[in-house]
Amino acid sequence: MTMKTSTRQVDGVSIVDCSGRITLGEGSVILRDTVRDLLSKGQKKILLNLGEVSYIDSSGIGELVSAFTTVRNQGGELKLLNLTKKVHDLLQITKLYTVFDVRDDEAGAVKAFS
Amino acid sequence: MTELRVSYTLDSTLETVDSAEQTASRIAAETGFDEDQVMQISMAVREAAVNAVLHGNAYDPDKKVKLDFERTSNDLVITIRDQGKGLDLNKIPDPLAPENLLKTSGRGIFLIRSFMDEVQISPSQTGTEIKLVKHVHGPSGDVKEASQ
Repeated sequence: MTMKTSTRQVDGVSIVDCSGRITLGEGSVILRDTVRDLLSKGQKKILLNLGEVSYIDSSGIGELVSAFTTVRNQGGELKLLNLTKKVHDLLQITKLYTVFDVRDDEAGAVKAFS
Repeated sequence: MTELRVSYTLDSTLETVDSAEQTASRIAAETGFDEDQVMQISMAVREAAVNAVLHGNAYDPDKKVKLDFERTSNDLVITIRDQGKGLDLNKIPDPLAPENLLKTSGRGIFLIRSFMDEVQISPSQTGTEIKLVKHVHGPSGDVKEASQ
């Protein structure tokens, strides 16, 4: 299943609903392009909803890190929402779980943006 | 459980990475590993295949990736060989070091070691061979009957 994203706006936050696989190649590129597109429009509060992401590899993890640092370097914030167990476990063993602001409640996540 | 030995010679493409992952997933499931173990094995093979295709063979159409699966009563052994210049093990950073946490690459070997019971990496001037072993009954002697 290829990676798909759709973006909606809630109270000034861009919520990116991701589904499929974030892996080397197309999946990582789609995520990168989506985040860059939002930043180019001045939308710097980004919530990645990973609830429908079935699989992520080390390239996908790298892409999440890249998105996080790119947004932060432009003065924005990127948070993660609704991690599946697989993605949660991967972020745990790579010690990235504490790097990202990970949320499981959309309304609370939106409010958490400064 | 039926013993198995199967070998594939694959092109240095992204399709090879997906194919290696899918084949590993199928064989691991047939071996009787549970869902989490199947995911770990298939991801380890995927990461090793990525290394072989990208870093080893550098997408060179003249270079191949060799993928072997061997299933015995005790182990599933997977070997991936490329025809690159040989991985420099000294240049693999620790992805958990604070200064490396926000790097966008360098986690593949770490994930492989995390997911498999034994990992042997053998670089040479004619390529790198990585051997992955998952014990059928788990590293702690945790008995789990494989399907017959």
